[in-house]
This record gives sequence, structure tokens and C-alpha cells, in this order.
Amino acid sequence: MQDILSLLSFSDGGWGTALAAGTLVTLSLALTTLPVGLFLGLGVALMARSNSPRLRAIATVFTTIFRGLPELLTLLIVYYGGQILIQRLMAAMGFEAQIQINAFLAGVIAFGLVLAAFSSEVWVGALNTIARGQYEAASALGLTKWLSFRLVVFPQLMRAALPGLSNNWLTLLKDTSLISTISLVDIMRQTNLAVGATKQPMVFYLTACFLYLILSAGSGFAFAFLERRANRGHVRG
Amino acid sequence: MLRDLLGLVINLDLLDRYGWRFLDGVVVTAQLVTISFILGGVLGLLLGLARLSENLALRWFSGAYIYFFRGSPLLAQLFLLYYGLGSLRGFWTDVGLWWFFREAWYCALLAFTLNTAAYQAEIFRGGIQAVPRGQREAAAALGMHNAIIFAKVVFPQAMIVALRPLGNELILMVKASAIASLVTIYDLMGVTKLAFSRSYNFELYLWAAVLYLIIVECIRRLWAVLERRLTRHLKMGESQPVQAGWLSRMTKSALKPNA
Amino acid sequence: MYKTLLAAGICILGMTSLASAQMKKEIVIASEGAYPPFNFMDSNNKLQGFDIDIANALCEKMQVKCTIVAQDWDGIIPALLAKKFDAIVASMTITDERKQQVEFTDRYYRTPLSLAVPKDSPIKDTSVASLKGKTVGAQSSTTQSIYAEDTYGKGGADAKLYPTQDEANADLANGRLDAAVADKFVLVEWLKNSGKDCCKLLGDIEGTMSEAGIAIRKEDKELKAALNKAIKDIVADGTYKKIQDKYFAFDIY
Repeated sequence: MQDILSLLSFSDGGWGTALAAGTLVTLSLALTTLPVGLFLGLGVALMARSNSPRLRAIATVFTTIFRGLPELLTLLIVYYGGQILIQRLMAAMGFEAQIQINAFLAGVIAFGLVLAAFSSEVWVGALNTIARGQYEAASALGLTKWLSFRLVVFPQLMRAALPGLSNNWLTLLKDTSLISTISLVDIMRQTNLAVGATKQPMVFYLTACFLYLILSAGSGFAFAFLERRANRGHVRG
Repeated sequence: MLRDLLGLVINLDLLDRYGWRFLDGVVVTAQLVTISFILGGVLGLLLGLARLSENLALRWFSGAYIYFFRGSPLLAQLFLLYYGLGSLRGFWTDVGLWWFFREAWYCALLAFTLNTAAYQAEIFRGGIQAVPRGQREAAAALGMHNAIIFAKVVFPQAMIVALRPLGNELILMVKASAIASLVTIYDLMGVTKLAFSRSYNFELYLWAAVLYLIIVECIRRLWAVLERRLTRHLKMGESQPVQAGWLSRMTKSALKPNA
Repeated sequence: MYKTLLAAGICILGMTSLASAQMKKEIVIASEGAYPPFNFMDSNNKLQGFDIDIANALCEKMQVKCTIVAQDWDGIIPALLAKKFDAIVASMTITDERKQQVEFTDRYYRTPLSLAVPKDSPIKDTSVASLKGKTVGAQSSTTQSIYAEDTYGKGGADAKLYPTQDEANADLANGRLDAAVADKFVLVEWLKNSGKDCCKLLGDIEGTMSEAGIAIRKEDKELKAALNKAIKDIVADGTYKKIQDKYFAFDIY
């Protein structure tokens, strides 16, 4: 027991600091991906509801692909394929420059695409709950399009979308562990390194599981708060 | 002739070298997902029932189980089982289970089963809770036993609600199974990585992508057929509300193919 | 104008690190970090090992600033080709298959493949016949994985491939593997440390002496020449021996 505690300690030879650093990487990857994926998802949702058949088709193809591919494969395709693609694009435009997609950026793009595909469904559902009359009433009050979205539609949208989005976030948080396979040093990679060095797989993989559980629980509280806030104008019953 | 046409879209040399291996990979992925999904379903139903039981210890246990397996990544769980439990060889030999933990295949099956059981437990719980109390009371009034009530009245109705989320869970399992490749299993992803490590041809990843999309699409179609069959008795009532509340909305949306 | 804007846009997105096409003052070197004693991570998450010391010595000789980054093995050649870094110093064996993709410098050490087995193993020698029906582990995308698959595998052994050598070692110790094939020095080092209780070295595999070189992109001729000169220099001036003595009790050049 003593040994295990010293393995996880923050002192020299302990892996506490390393695991904390990994946790920060996991969190910053997930938090950077979140707005990217959510905005893209909202865009896809608006396309799916548009009158243009072409836009609707694009939205369908997008969600089919990124909901259907394994996240690991999406990540590898973005990481290796994205680099090759950009290199060719730049060469075609006659630039000599070298552009790098590092593991973090590849993660943000890949997980962002996946999150967009899944959250677009949540957005579509939430947009459907907002009655036409709301838009009409807002315009009757003389609100501009942007103001009616910000003041009338958005608050109601969030109320309907939050439970679904909180699920999306939890999935995202766990999916980020796949980034360890392209050597970004997140919780999972750090754990693998610790296991390699200490030969204590039980201790470290359990610790990793609990770190993710703590992150999930923490975000659970955050979402409960946000949901209360989003619901404050809503009378139940 | 066919080969020439094929040659326009894919590298034939690669196809000759790795084509069969890719098919093997698809089979392995299919086996892994099918077996763990079914076993996970059985375990998940038990856990879902435990979650709804009046026994506090059962409720607490299943709650903790579900929380753990849903709250941490499958990747961590797989490594925990494979390398963590796998390092306790002496213990497993003593209890006569080493043959099980020795094989990566069984470890992956176990990890996926335990994981999907947690998700399926929540789906079953939701489905069972969605069955109106009155159904149970009416069945009891007819003098049916508890077990029969569950098997004949509650479960079939719960399944209608659970069917769609179960289909989604199956698709999520297909995708998640790709990480089995990290513990030496040659599933579709494992085969892809192996072929890529020898040829460095990026096209192989695109093959894998197309194959995964085909698998997922097949499941989606199959599930739509299944749903239509299982809910065909509800079709007559579609014009008027079958039951009040969200259950009828769920079943109605389930009737729409590809909705 | 449009192109420039687009390029600038991509840059602003944070994907950039622009570098000139000529011989650089700064080069990025990749290693793996799971192949002790050649490359591994310490608890401060720093790369350590023979490869890393050699890389630093070479950079010093060439008088360039080097950054050494960790990269998973499976993706190390694709990432080099994709210009994520300029050179791989990660105990990479020079093979014809790899030469189709990348350029190699002269060797910086030589090693045969060896086989490690559990202490109580009934396997007598490293011949294909002895491994028939056994489970042989190796790290994927390596010369040993190709050997495990094409030679032992064709002879009736079951080849299992792992993302890292560490994981293959762990499974040999756990008893999931009947044998592990790897570079000799890597196995020797492991058998000195965490592998000493479970396993032993069975012996070298005949005809597998191979050379480890530094991999670079084919077009980087200048870098290749500079690295080759630097390798000669550190061998000549004793720097190489000093580094070698830190890790091995014998000559590996």
C-alpha cells in the first residue's frame, strides 16, 4: 500500500505530477474541441433543416460518415491523411512551406467532426421544439434576426439541447483517450508510460479510470448547474 | 474485365496482397461485436432489473457498476483487464482461469461485454420504466405471476422503447471494437494497421473506412426491418394515439424507417 | 492574392511551422520512447537512452539546434514523410522495404535478432521447427515483426504483434507468449531488469545481423551527408564509446 501511494505521489519518482499534467492535456483537448464541434454541429443541423435539397444531402452524408466511422480510424485518417492532403494542396498552389498537423490539432479536428455529427442530431431535435410562433412573435416585436435568435430562440434552444449535449460531452471526454495512440501525452498515454516504467498495470490503469470518473463527475455538476440556469425561466407543469 | 473496372478505384496489387486479410478482419470484428453485444445484453438486463429492485444493496451495486463502466473510457478498461488482470498469472492459475485471461480474444470479449452491459442496463431500465404502471396492475388483477407479468406484459413493451437505443448501442460497439487492435487482435482495424505498417499506403485506411461504413449501414437497415416487424401490431393505431405520453411518440418514431 | 490569403489563413489556424528548404539550423528528431535501453521515457516524461544520447552528440557535432520528440512507432515513417520531423533516431533497422520510402544514413550500431523465452520453456533453439505451434510476440512494424510473421508464422507459429516492445515484454512475463523476438540488446537489457525473474535469452537468430540507421526523407541529401560525417566524427573522437559504455558492456558499433 505504501509502495502504491509513493508511486502515485507528487514527489520525485512518483507519477503524480505526470498524471496531473496528463489530466490537463486531456481536459484542454476536450475543452478546445467542444466549441469547435458544437458550432459545426449547429451548422450541420441548420443545413439538415434547410430548404435546399443539396444542403440537406451534404448534412446527411456528413453525419453518416462521422457517426459511422470508428473514432480511432477518424483520428488516424485526419492525422496521417490530413497532413498528406495539406502538403499536396500547398504544393499545388506552389508553396514550399511546411505545415504541420500536430497530434493535438489532429485530435481537435477529428473529435470535432465526430462531436459535430452527434451533436447535430441533438440540435435538430432542440430546434424542432421551438414553435414557429416564437420567430413570428419576435419579428412582430421588431427584433432583428440576430436579436431574436439571441434573446428568444437561443435560450429555449439551450434548455432543450443541454441534456443531449451533456451526453455528447461525456462521450467526447472518454474518446479523447484515443489520442494516446498518436503519442499526445494525455492521461492514457501517461498511464501507459508509467506502466512501462513501473510494471504496475493494475494500479495505474485503475487510477486512469478513476481520473476519468472524476472528470465525468465534475462535468456532471457543471451541467446540472447549467441546466438549472437554462430552466430558470421555465415553469414546470 | 471486372478487375479492370476495380483497378480504376483501388490499387489491385494491394487488393491481391491484403484483400482476404481484410475480409478476415471484418469477420473477426463481426464476431467480437455480436458475441459481446448478446452477452452484454443478458448482463445488462439483469443490471437494469437490479437498478429497479427494492433491494438497496442490489441497487447500489448496479448503480456503481454502471457509473464506473460508463464514466471511464473503454480503452482504459480494456488495458486494465488485459495488462492489469493479466499480470496476476499466479492467481488465475490457482483458480483455474488462466486459460481465459491468457487469450487476448477472451479479454477483449470480456471488456466489451462488461462495457456494453452498463450502457444496455440503462436502456433496459428506461424501457421498463416507460411501461405504464396500469399494465402491471391489470396483469396482476388477472392473477398472473410476477415472472409471467414481466415476460409477457412488461418486457415486450419495454423492448419496443429499448429497440432504437439498442440499435444505436450496437453501432457504437462496432466502432469501439476498433481498439481491440491495440491488444494484438486482428480485427478490421488490426488488419488495416498491419497492412499499412508493411506497405505505407494510405489507401488502406480508406478501405477500412468504407468497410466500417458498410457494416454500420447494414446494421441500420437490418434494425429498421426488425423494428417494423416488432411494432407491426401498433401500425393500425398510428392515426390515433395508442397510449398517452412519450411512449407513443417513441413507438411512432420507431415506425418510421430511417427516421 | 487569393492563394496568399488562403495560406495565411491556414497559418493562423495554428498549423504552421514554416521552415526553409535548405539545410536547417534547427532540426526536429523523432524517437519512440518504449524501447529501452535505446529509447525510453523517465518519470519526468523526458526521452532518455542510447538513441537520444547519440542524437544529441550528432547535433552537437553538426552544430545545429535539435528538438527531440516522441512519436509512436506505427506512425513514425508516415510522420517523417509527412514532414512532422526531419530524422528518426529510434533504432530503426535499415531494410530494403523501408528504403523504398525513406533514406538511411550509415549504421550507428549493429544487432542480431534474438529470442527470449520463459525460464521453464521447452523451446530448445531459435529454429523455425522449434517454434511450431507456439505463440511468438514482436513489436509491429519492425524487422522482427516481419520475421515473426513471415518466417515463424509460415512455419506454423502464431505471431502476435504489439504497438510497443514494452507490451510484448509484459506479455512474455505474464505468460501469454511462448517467446518474444526482438533486437538482442533490447532483450538483454530487459532480462537484466524487470524480466530477470521470468525469462531468459534463448539465443541469436542466425542470419539476422542487421544495422540500425537514421532515417530521413529521400530529398534531404545534405542532411544525410552531414549526419554521416557526424557519425564518423563521434566514433573517431571517442564520444560514441563514452555513450556506449553508459549502456553496454560490449561493442555494438
